[in-house]
Amino acid sequence: MFDDFFIRALVAGIGIAFVTGPLGCFVVWRRLSYFGDTLAHSALLGVTMAYTFDLNIAISVFLISSVIALILIQLQKKTNLPGDALLGLLAHSSLAVGLVVIGFLTFIRFDIMGLLFGDILAVTTDDLFVIWTGGALILIVLKLIWKPLLASTVNYELAEAEGLNPDRAKAIFTILMAAVIAISIKMVGLLLITGMLIIPAAMARNISDSPQKMVLFSIIGGLLSVILGLYSSLEFNTSSGPSIIAAALILFILSLFKIKQSIKLKN
Amino acid sequence: MNSNNNILVKLNNAGFRQSEKWLVEGVSLTVEKGKIVTLIGPNGSGKSTTAKIALGIYKNIEGTVEKYTTKVGYVPQKISIDWTLPIRVYDFMLLTETIEDSAIDEALSLTGVIHLKNKNLGSLSGGEFQRVLIARAISKKPELLVLDEPVQGVDYTGEIALYELIKKISDTLNCGILLISHDLHMVMTATDHVVCLNGHVCCSGSPLDVAKNNEYKALFGEKASQILTTYEHKHDHVHSDEGEIKKN
Repeated sequence: MFDDFFIRALVAGIGIAFVTGPLGCFVVWRRLSYFGDTLAHSALLGVTMAYTFDLNIAISVFLISSVIALILIQLQKKTNLPGDALLGLLAHSSLAVGLVVIGFLTFIRFDIMGLLFGDILAVTTDDLFVIWTGGALILIVLKLIWKPLLASTVNYELAEAEGLNPDRAKAIFTILMAAVIAISIKMVGLLLITGMLIIPAAMARNISDSPQKMVLFSIIGGLLSVILGLYSSLEFNTSSGPSIIAAALILFILSLFKIKQSIKLKN
Repeated sequence: MNSNNNILVKLNNAGFRQSEKWLVEGVSLTVEKGKIVTLIGPNGSGKSTTAKIALGIYKNIEGTVEKYTTKVGYVPQKISIDWTLPIRVYDFMLLTETIEDSAIDEALSLTGVIHLKNKNLGSLSGGEFQRVLIARAISKKPELLVLDEPVQGVDYTGEIALYELIKKISDTLNCGILLISHDLHMVMTATDHVVCLNGHVCCSGSPLDVAKNNEYKALFGEKASQILTTYEHKHDHVHSDEGEIKKN
C-alpha cells in the first residue's frame, strides 16, 4: 500500500497535520512563532549530523533542536539581551553553521532545496513509522499537560497559585515543539514548518469561540492543507512545503469572510 | 509538624525582594479553616505581594511559608488575559480543575452571572469579569480562598452582596480566606483578624484592636478610625515617603 511515493507522502502529511494542529494553537496563543522558527532553522544542523553519523534524521533533528532550546533558556537567564535578539542569534547562527558543515560534506549529494522546502519524494516507509509513533507520543503528552499548559497560557499566576506547576508544563511543551519539527522537516521543509504550525491555527482562531474548537478546526485546516497541497504539488511539480503552506493560506483567507460576517451580526 | 490541623497556611517572617527593593518583609500570619484574615494598607504596601507569597507564586522569598492544603482558589488583583485565545466563561470555569456542570451553574448563580455562561470572556465588562473570577474561585470548593480586592469594579449593591457571599462561603465551606480589601466597613464587620501592612506589619489583631491602633490611624486617617473607636495612644514610628520606618 505504501509502495507509491504519493500515498506515502499523503499518509505522512496527514500524520503531521494531526500534531501541528493542536501544537500550532499553543504557538499562536503563547506567541511562540519566532521560537518555532529558531528551532526549525537549527534543524539544518540536525540534518547534517544525521548524514555525518548515519542517524535517523528525525531523531537527530529532535536532539539538536532540544539542545538549542536549552541553550536559549540558559542565555535568557545569563544575558541581558531581549528574547527576540537571542532567538535571531540562535536561528541564524545555527542555520549558518549547518550550511557551512554541508559545504564540508562533499561526499554526500545534498538536495538543499528539498531540505529547505520539503520533498514528497523523500518520504520513506521508515519516516511514516517515525511520524505516526512520534506524533502519537506527542499528542499523548500534550493531552497530559493540556490543563496546566492552557491554564498558564490564560494566566500564569492563577495556574501557579492553584498548584498546576506551569513551569514544568512549559518545559515539556518546548520539547514537544522540537519533536514536531523533527517529524515534519522532510515533508514541509525547515523554512516553512512554522507556517504549518501557525497558519491553520490562525485560520481556526477566526472561526472558533473556545480553545477546544480552535484545536479541532486547526487540525481540520491542517489536513485540508496537506491534501490540497500535495495534490497540487503532484499536479504542478512544485515543492511539497510551499504547496501545503499556500493551501493553508487560501483556507486562512476564506476564514476571514467568517469574521466579517460575525462582525456584521454584532452591529 | 502541624500541631494545629486547622491551619491552612502560615507565613513566618516572610518577605520578598525584587531587584534590591523589598516589596514586603517580616510578615507573619496564619490563615485557619473558617476564618477570614484581611490585609489592609495603602497602595504599594505589599498586600498583593503577601498574598502571592502565601500562594507560592513567589519562590525566592525570605522566611518560610508552611502550606497545608492544595485546594486553593485565587482571585488575582490584576489579570491580563491574551485575547488571541478564544475562551468562554464556561471554559474559564474549568481552567484549573474539572468540576461538574451543576457546580459551575451554582457558582455562577451565586455571583449573579449565570446568564453569561456561554459568553466570550473578552466581551465581559470589568464588573462582570470580576464576578466570574469569584465564581471560578469558589466553584472548586477550595479549602483556602485568596481574594485580592475581589469586588473592584463591581457596582455598589453588588459589592455588598458579594461580601455577604464571601462571608457565607467561609461559613458553609469552612474554608479559610485571605482577603485584601479597601472596604473598611467590610473589614471591620466580617473579618476575624486584620493585618495592617505598610512594607511590613504595622499592626495586627482583631478589627477592633487594629482600629484603635495609632499606626492604623496614621495610615488611614482619623475618619477611618472613627468607624469604630476614638481610642488613642502614642505610636513609636512614622513612615517616610519612601516607606522607611523612622523612630520618633
